[in-house]
Amino acid sequence: MMSLMREFLELIRPDFQRDRVVPGTGFTAILTGFTAGAMAFLVVFALALSLAADRLGQRWSAALAQTATVRISAPADQVETQLATVLDILNTTPGIRSARSLTAEEQQSLLQPWFGTDLPLEDLPIPRLIDITEDETGFDAAGLRLRLAAEAPGAVLDDHARWRKPLVQAAARLSWLAVLCIAVIGLTTAAMVILAARAALAANAQVITVLRLIGAKDHYIAAAFVRRFTLRSFLGASAGVIPAAVALFALPGSAEHVSVLSGLRFQGIEWITLVAVPPTLALVALLATRYAAMRVLEGLS
Amino acid sequence: MIDLDGAAYSYGGGELLSDMSLAIVQGGFYFLTGPSGSGKTTFLKLCYGALFPTKGAIRLFDQDVTTMTRDDIAQIRRRIGVVHQDCQFIDHLSVQENIAMPLSVSGNATLAEDANLKELIAWVGLTHRAKALPPELSGGERQRAALARAIIMSPEVIIADEPTGNVDWEMSERLLTLLVELNKLGKTVLIATHDLSLIRSAKSQVQARVLRISNKNVQLAGANL
Repeated sequence: MMSLMREFLELIRPDFQRDRVVPGTGFTAILTGFTAGAMAFLVVFALALSLAADRLGQRWSAALAQTATVRISAPADQVETQLATVLDILNTTPGIRSARSLTAEEQQSLLQPWFGTDLPLEDLPIPRLIDITEDETGFDAAGLRLRLAAEAPGAVLDDHARWRKPLVQAAARLSWLAVLCIAVIGLTTAAMVILAARAALAANAQVITVLRLIGAKDHYIAAAFVRRFTLRSFLGASAGVIPAAVALFALPGSAEHVSVLSGLRFQGIEWITLVAVPPTLALVALLATRYAAMRVLEGLS
Repeated sequence: MIDLDGAAYSYGGGELLSDMSLAIVQGGFYFLTGPSGSGKTTFLKLCYGALFPTKGAIRLFDQDVTTMTRDDIAQIRRRIGVVHQDCQFIDHLSVQENIAMPLSVSGNATLAEDANLKELIAWVGLTHRAKALPPELSGGERQRAALARAIIMSPEVIIADEPTGNVDWEMSERLLTLLVELNKLGKTVLIATHDLSLIRSAKSQVQARVLRISNKNVQLAGANL
């Protein structure tokens, strides 16, 4: 562990002479910088998607947890009777903090998005809705359903679990999918850097020959390439993060809209994660270049 | 310093050098001769650990090369200065930086600006070319720069492969004088050459021994050269 740490420190230790061994220009420099920039751009959006999905899942979970609805669909002459019965039952059920019947205006406003304002809703047989708020202990949904079935046959309990769980699961999966995207981007970056490093090593065969002739150890030669590629990746990633941040900032980030697409923008402290993107990609480049360099050097006599 | 004990080297199914047993001793001045393609460069590479014997043993500074790690070999090469005929440099670095590179490699980068470096560059007559890039140098200048790079770490052995192959007679003499001076400082010198006049010239200045490659073997030649 200590030797690994020493080796890592040796890799990142600045050495003016060693750092100049690898030419600073060439197509591999452009390729590495461009790749790191493009990948950083994608990482920012994957990160934003992950965080937005996570926020959405939490919001749905919080909004729907500890609430339930009772819907009463009964003949018109029995609606009020069953409503009163259900409210009595709910008010005496352990685990329920409050139960409130929605007013006609409230129900009308819920339906307005679908039916518009002109439809005479009062003439339609619309079920009555009771909004339930649970306390911390929660109620026994199965027991309540049995009581309602016995005393108010037109009442149906909807504890939201039926669709809350899949929604939260979907949001969590979306969040993990974004994390997976970040991992794939990281691996792609590593693969591209390895290709570029191998090309650079091949293009600088004479440099390697000279260094070995004068007694350079593999770690010295590898470090010269590693530092060059790490720096290029860091600069490229930094350049990629900036337009991504600007694009993200331009997106709507309203907290009122419960949607992944409308909530992509980072919120608050989340913006700090952007700072971690260039060093993380630089670390990926460091490991990838070291791997490529050591493999190539071990293959040489 | 360099001991060969029944060493042989094969490549591509054929034996290039076989059953070599000899010792390169400290402070000696050696010429290695033989026709083109006889294996002079291969022999030299065996002597600085760039190639390993396929049979027998070679010991560099009392260490068997076949048991050395890659880092050990690198460490050994810091004790052996090598000059090739087609001396290679890091072309985007100046002559001065190239000459100082062994210091950086061995972790003595701070010495690169040391007065010794300037003195060394002056000794090989390249002060006016110190800031030039290697591709801008003439053949003789390249040889002298390579020699300066080979000796900056004050190695115990200097191996030169046809160092005068690309230079005129005057420059050959100058290079030889530098190598003789190094030998007088106690360095072991091993030069591969097919230039007999160079050998004769050296023999007038130093006690030089001649190794000849013939029939895939290296032997100490007689005094008739």
